[in-house]
Amino acid sequence: MTDEPLLRVTALSKYYGSRIGCEDISFDLWPGEVLAIVGESGSGKTTLLNCLATRLLPTSGTASYRMRDGQWRDLYRMSEAERRFLMRTDWGFVHQNPADGLRMTVSAGANVGERLMAVGDRHYGNIRSTAVDWLSRVEIGEERIDDEPRAFSGGMRQRLQIARNLVTGPRLVFMDEPTGGLDVSVQARLLDLLRGLVTDLGLAAIVVTHDLAVARLLSQRMMVMKNGHVVEAGLTDRVLDDPRAPYTQLLVSSILQV
Amino acid sequence: MATPLIVSEVAKAFTMHLRDGIRLPVVSNVSFSVRAGECAVLGGPSGAGKSSILKMVYGNYGVDQGQIIVDHHGQLVDLATANPRTVLAVRRDTIGYVSQFLRTVPRVSALDVVAEPLVARGVARDEAHARAAELLGRLNLPERLWSLPPATFSGGEQQRVNIARGFITDHPVLLLDEPTASLDATNREVVISLIEEKKLKGVALLGIFHDADVREAVADRIVDVTEFAAGKIAA
Amino acid sequence: MSTPATDIATYNFAYLDEQTKRMIRRAILKGIAIPGYQVPFASREMPMPYGWGTGGVQVTAAIIGPDDVLKVIDQGADDTTNAVSIRAFFQKVADVAVTTETAKATIIQTRHRIPEHPLTGGQTLVYQVPIPEPLRFLEPRETETRKMHALEEYGLMHVKLYEDIARHGRIATTYAYPVKVEGRYVMDPSPTPKFDNPKMHMSPALQLFGAGREKRIYAVPPFTKVVSLDFEDHPFEIQTFDQPCALCGAEQVYLDEVILDDKGGHMFVCSDTDHCETRQACGHRGHLSPDILETAR
Ligand SMILES: Nc1ncnc2c1ncn2[C@@H]1O[C@H](COP(=O)(O)OP(=O)(O)OP(=O)(O)O)[C@@H](O)[C@H]1O
Ligand SMILES: [Mg+2]
Ligand SMILES: [Zn+2]
Repeated sequence: MTDEPLLRVTALSKYYGSRIGCEDISFDLWPGEVLAIVGESGSGKTTLLNCLATRLLPTSGTASYRMRDGQWRDLYRMSEAERRFLMRTDWGFVHQNPADGLRMTVSAGANVGERLMAVGDRHYGNIRSTAVDWLSRVEIGEERIDDEPRAFSGGMRQRLQIARNLVTGPRLVFMDEPTGGLDVSVQARLLDLLRGLVTDLGLAAIVVTHDLAVARLLSQRMMVMKNGHVVEAGLTDRVLDDPRAPYTQLLVSSILQV
Repeated sequence: MATPLIVSEVAKAFTMHLRDGIRLPVVSNVSFSVRAGECAVLGGPSGAGKSSILKMVYGNYGVDQGQIIVDHHGQLVDLATANPRTVLAVRRDTIGYVSQFLRTVPRVSALDVVAEPLVARGVARDEAHARAAELLGRLNLPERLWSLPPATFSGGEQQRVNIARGFITDHPVLLLDEPTASLDATNREVVISLIEEKKLKGVALLGIFHDADVREAVADRIVDVTEFAAGKIAA
Repeated sequence: MSTPATDIATYNFAYLDEQTKRMIRRAILKGIAIPGYQVPFASREMPMPYGWGTGGVQVTAAIIGPDDVLKVIDQGADDTTNAVSIRAFFQKVADVAVTTETAKATIIQTRHRIPEHPLTGGQTLVYQVPIPEPLRFLEPRETETRKMHALEEYGLMHVKLYEDIARHGRIATTYAYPVKVEGRYVMDPSPTPKFDNPKMHMSPALQLFGAGREKRIYAVPPFTKVVSLDFEDHPFEIQTFDQPCALCGAEQVYLDEVILDDKGGHMFVCSDTDHCETRQACGHRGHLSPDILETAR
């Protein structure tokens, strides 16, 4: 285990004009750690996630990332080329709507293989067998490899999106409501799969969710957001079982049991 | 280290913000320690705060005041103030916990649930499975259940999975919250002997046992939680 | 300056005004400076519909001089309506010499072929391009494709080739086959058959590409590396034909299928009509040459 974090976030704020997106957020994320960001809609979860994933530029604050070579880099000072390279190699981003993260008109195999080809893999046979392997890891049969995601169910699409992201062995994955639009039974399967992958691969992840059960199952640490601020943070089971902030108590009490 | 767990002047209250912020004091001035090789039992009536103390020691409840010092790899860590990462490391290597109820995870087999703490510590999956099978066998969980997720198990079956999961590692500190509550006499005996074995290995155990027989059999010392009743001024 | 009294008498030499030509030449120069890079330009209305090669026509109009000799081909042929009318257009507006002989031309404007006769230094090949963006079919957003070119993110091109192999067992793309120019920009060679791709590589001629509707110009300067994209285990291959040209007996040229009658009779002949005729004039014969049939009869 390394004794250095993977991501260091300091005093990050994002304003939309005079409105607060998120304000003064600081935390460290360590390798292999899953952090859940919970809160009601509009609380700034996705704003924060998008800032961290460099899909949005924050108004102020810094975020540094420890690259594979051990070098610390300020995310907001990297060139666009470097950032995009990072995003398709060492990072993943799982969207709530799989259509936002997949190419809907190319086959499942090509969806998984795209990142490999993007980093210069030029052997069709190897790309395809890697794709088969990843599809099976997300429980999609080899016989579906040439089908387009259009022909897949919501749960399968989401699993395909996950495979597409993990194929380059990223160290950090961002997830925005990964189980959002899915039926309860499909959610459970996906969660279980995600949990297994995250542990097996030692992935660090930042998961935005409004579902406390998802946070409980996937994350070790949790941040509760309200009106753009973190109102409570800590070990996931501590925050859920002994919520201290009024808003966290409200969140926890409004669900049956997690 | 002879005393791997020291609880010192710990206080805990719940503030119920949804009910006009009323403050619910639970315990205060909690002070005791547990030596290696002994089993200390928290005693006191329902609602006295026994589980709350156990949960604070596990880092599951926040601590308002005081210190909870644990010997983690030869270093003294104060769990009352430790950051989440440290708490996780302590849980992985130093403090084990058998909760009152098993929190089931969909689609994970009983065998995997039990083996998981070992796997998390880097033990090979096969070896972890073998140890898990051995424990489940000792606890008389029918073998046909091992490959099934425990969600549909009876209370006693779930509890045995939970016990096996807690006992599988060699954590130097083990917390037990009514591990025998839903067990029959035979399996209670198994748990009693498992606890004896832990003691012989020098593990410090801190438990809650409503069942007087079990308590008699395992307790080296009773820590009376009513002494720590919140509001009561230490005599 | 005296101008012939025709209905287009009011137009400048080669139809476009000098300012427009300068603008197009600047785009061409920029394209030459950055091989394979698509330079936007202010495409003008030409007296012919888009799809008739208005991009190529504007490029030709901007570079042509009175001493140039122009050849225009359409899928290899000098005599299609499209080729004939473009040739006539330049005869009229620039009064230049025209030819059908590849070797004699200084400028060859082409739709969808590269002549078989090897091009030489000093010649310029002007391609008519319908869709200049090779990434377009998978990424419809122009802002995104520009960024992908800028950052050299070309994984998508291989996604397309991957799909081909997954579906057909081989790379089934036969025309507009993407190439990488000078190790940097991925470029659409216009809908030429992939058979012609190797001719672009290290060609002594200047190659210019004009897309009128899409308002883009790009270029491959002489002696530039042009490499067709492929996979290690599915290397780029050109089409092969299992028979020579039926009229001139040429091998290793690109052949078109010609339907002879409505009973399914057909033959394969050179797509490059000038090449075929030149060979026949030199005495080469295929198995369906009129005089061979004559003798046989
Ligand atoms: N998460 C919580 N939020 C609010 N109040 C709590 C919470 N957990 C425990 N309490 C309260 O704290 C007090 C002590 O509870 P605790 O569960 O520690 O008692 P116990 O001694 O373990 O009781 P039992 O023997 O019935 O298990 C009770 O009044 C309980 O309602
Ligand atoms: Mg209790
Ligand atoms: Zn011929």
